[in-house]
Amino acid sequence: MAKMIINVEVNGERQELLTEPHRTLLDLLRDNLSLTGTKEGCGTGDCGACTVLIDGRPVNSCLVLAPEAEGRRVTTVEGLAEDNKLHPVQTAFIEEGGLQCGICTPGMLISAVALLRSNTEPSEQSIRYAISGNLCRCTGYDKIVRAIEVASKRMKANAAIASH
Amino acid sequence: MTRVVGRPTPHESARLHVTGQARYTDDLPLPPGALHGWPVTSPHAHARVVAIAVSEATTIPGVVTILTREDVPGENNSGPLRHDEPLFLGAGDVATYHGQAIAWVLGTSVEAARQGAGRVVVTYEKLDAILDPADAIRLGSVHTDPQWIRRGDVDVELVGAGEAGHAIVSGEFRMGAQDHFPLETHVSVALADEDGRMMVHSSTQHPSETQAIVAHALGLSLNDVVVQCVRMGGGFGGKETQANAWAAVAAIGAWKTGRAVKVRLDRDRHMILTGKRHPFLARYRVVVSRSGDLCGLDLELYADGGWSLDLSDAVLGRAMFHADNGYFFPVMRVRGQVLKTHKTSQTAFRGFGGPQGVAVAEEIIDCAARAIGMDPHDVRTRNLYRGSGETNTTHYGQEIGDNRLAIIWEGVQDSGEFVSRREAIRAANDLGGGMRRGIAVTPVKFGISFTTTFLNQAGALVLIYSDGSVQVNHGGTEMGQGLQVKMAQVAAEVLGVPLASIRMMPTRTDKVPNTSATAASSGSDLNGGAVRDACLTLRGRLAPVAAQLLTAHGAPAVHADDVDFGDGQVSVRSRPDQRVAFASVVRAAYLARVGLSSTGYYRTPGIWFDKASGRGKPFHYYACGAAIAEVEVDGFTGQMRVLRVDILHDVGSSLNPLVDTGQVEGGFIQGMGWVTMEEVVWGIDGRLLTHAPSTYKIPASTDVPGDWRVTLLPRAAQPGVIYGSKAVGEPPLMLGLCVREAIRDAVASFAPRGSHPERVGLALPATGEAILDAIDAVRG
Ligand code: FES
Ligand code: FES
Repeated sequence: MAKMIINVEVNGERQELLTEPHRTLLDLLRDNLSLTGTKEGCGTGDCGACTVLIDGRPVNSCLVLAPEAEGRRVTTVEGLAEDNKLHPVQTAFIEEGGLQCGICTPGMLISAVALLRSNTEPSEQSIRYAISGNLCRCTGYDKIVRAIEVASKRMKANAAIASH
Repeated sequence: MTRVVGRPTPHESARLHVTGQARYTDDLPLPPGALHGWPVTSPHAHARVVAIAVSEATTIPGVVTILTREDVPGENNSGPLRHDEPLFLGAGDVATYHGQAIAWVLGTSVEAARQGAGRVVVTYEKLDAILDPADAIRLGSVHTDPQWIRRGDVDVELVGAGEAGHAIVSGEFRMGAQDHFPLETHVSVALADEDGRMMVHSSTQHPSETQAIVAHALGLSLNDVVVQCVRMGGGFGGKETQANAWAAVAAIGAWKTGRAVKVRLDRDRHMILTGKRHPFLARYRVVVSRSGDLCGLDLELYADGGWSLDLSDAVLGRAMFHADNGYFFPVMRVRGQVLKTHKTSQTAFRGFGGPQGVAVAEEIIDCAARAIGMDPHDVRTRNLYRGSGETNTTHYGQEIGDNRLAIIWEGVQDSGEFVSRREAIRAANDLGGGMRRGIAVTPVKFGISFTTTFLNQAGALVLIYSDGSVQVNHGGTEMGQGLQVKMAQVAAEVLGVPLASIRMMPTRTDKVPNTSATAASSGSDLNGGAVRDACLTLRGRLAPVAAQLLTAHGAPAVHADDVDFGDGQVSVRSRPDQRVAFASVVRAAYLARVGLSSTGYYRTPGIWFDKASGRGKPFHYYACGAAIAEVEVDGFTGQMRVLRVDILHDVGSSLNPLVDTGQVEGGFIQGMGWVTMEEVVWGIDGRLLTHAPSTYKIPASTDVPGDWRVTLLPRAAQPGVIYGSKAVGEPPLMLGLCVREAIRDAVASFAPRGSHPERVGLALPATGEAILDAIDAVRG
């Protein structure tokens, strides 16, 4: 099949990628860019393991065809930490035990970050809704919900300090 | 000195997980020229293969070769115990389930292999399939001879029941299958080494068995094959035996082509090709006194094993051991048998038959109680194991010992305000209306040890480097359960070094040989014992060196027995401020030519079981717990919500409370999923209809209880286990069964006012549809 070139910004870096048009954004990330943090749990949009941000919105990358990513800004789990400093959600997942086997974690973190960008003080209910498309077979979700709560509180406290 | 064990310590790879750096088998970079496999599968549940034509497939661009039966250099089989699982089928062979792999296409990409597989033409002669367990019983389609456990003579009890004024309650009860649904599907990568030897990376809970199956398939010795498992993205028992076949196919492909071969099942193939939790069929007659004492139980348990034996006989055995759950049946007879049907080969799944045994016990209690007009809760309380001697001894003759069940039973009801909540719920339900609540508490008593005694052994290999840093190897695998962090804690504790000095190595068969599967909740008990043993050996070698160093520092002569290891230092016990760095001791030991590596070994003491007589002490100890669920049921839609859950669970003296509470919570939800929403459906032609998350629903974040209180039993150190801890992987799964009993409590309230239904039949899983059926039945 004829290949095509896709221009896309991934974790702040511009990329020019050669691919076949039927491949997915998930394939681009994993195969072309070796960004294997984004996982395939189902390939059909039902598990959330492949969640990434496209222009700031959480999307199942297994459902995005490569050409649809043209000109977009994509953030994956590898792009959450800045200068080796973990995002507060990442720290909270570690400390609160929000992961076990860890394979749902990248998608879970992306959904959490997307939520906290749009809602700095989410209720427990809105956290549960925000991650309801991300399946986790290990944790029973409670520690994940706690971790997101803890992160939102810390981010708020940090913001308060910063604004003083 | 700071203790390392017992502290809530994050998962060993947590930082790698949150940054996306943690590599799973699917993430390993492949060497150039690597090939991908895709199976050609049977479209029939039972059919004879007449012919296979591959020529058309080879015309697909990217298809490199097609692996068939003739390509297997060794044994064409992956059966772990009985050799009844052919890897490939050829003309004349019989396919025995829908989706069984016949041949594998290797291509330069997954798409090429998949397209190629679509062009392999297989012709079949269709045969009759047996799908329903009741048909299998009727037709005598079985994998094994029956197993028995007997206490007393139940026939005498049944005959005398009438005269004694007791009731006999009988019934048939079916339990559905459950898919493991690890988010990481099965995957293996095989690389041919020099000399035709094989390196296999596999997501497997049992690297030693994967090694053996690969070796047999290739006709090699075990030492020719190395299997490595860095970590799994969930296992739950599904990768205990059923990772082996894909590793063997990859290895056969690598053997044939000389190229690296990756076999990764996509989600649908994973669900269609691999086994699940066993569906069970139970038939029972229980004798119960009018005051609610259980007098005798006659139970037949049938495990629907699917097409091959796999571990089914042991799964059935564990179900039989747990058919008492936490209750004393003075007279009991359990007959069990594994049925053969044309479905996936059902396999280990967290609890390993235990959940089915426990579910049967709870079903029997509920039906017996309602039949005599008692509250099932009172019958539970009345018949819990208690005291000592006979009333605290299981039907297979093992005394429960320090029975913590009673303490837990009372404890969870006190802290969970069970009595007052139940009253409030009754009062609210009495007002009628479409929404009803229900509440129930159920216990769990789970035996810890492999019931096959010889499996209860483990090895470790600990290496100390000259700068004081440490590598730890052991036979256990990491699937998210936190085994690696616990083992690091054990090593750090024994050697008295900070956790940061310990590096946990990937599980490899060339480090520790002949390991048992990481299963039966025994990972940290067994491997912890082995790691501790190795570290104690090393500490024993370092102590005299340290004593000498401490003496040389100008103090009176220090004896090797008088030094303590802790906080990265070695100190004189009576004078703790007189100390030397662990790294300096190591350095001095190296210079003094003291060996700095050691193996370690552990076997569980005192366990045995005689299968012929059905008696013994198969378990090292029991892990107990109890949980209360409060649910709300919508009488018009059958929809159910879990409102509150209280759990009190015994993990002994926890090695790591963060990990252990995580295990309790995750296990509970998985058990709740099995009994409420996870419905595996096979069509009448044997096709699996629920083979993706679109049709098979596991609990999501919005399904878990809004109010959830998890407590670990305090002051619970378990003698004779590593640092007083207890196994935690499987037992909490069965706590989830209280949700089904709570639903049943709610359903019963729909009976006509003032009446008590004599039976509340509720399917397992209790889906919305099943709940509606149950409500219809009690409404009359
Ligand atoms: S892999 Fe994309 S949603 Fe499951
Ligand atoms: S931590 Fe294993 S799936 Fe979520």
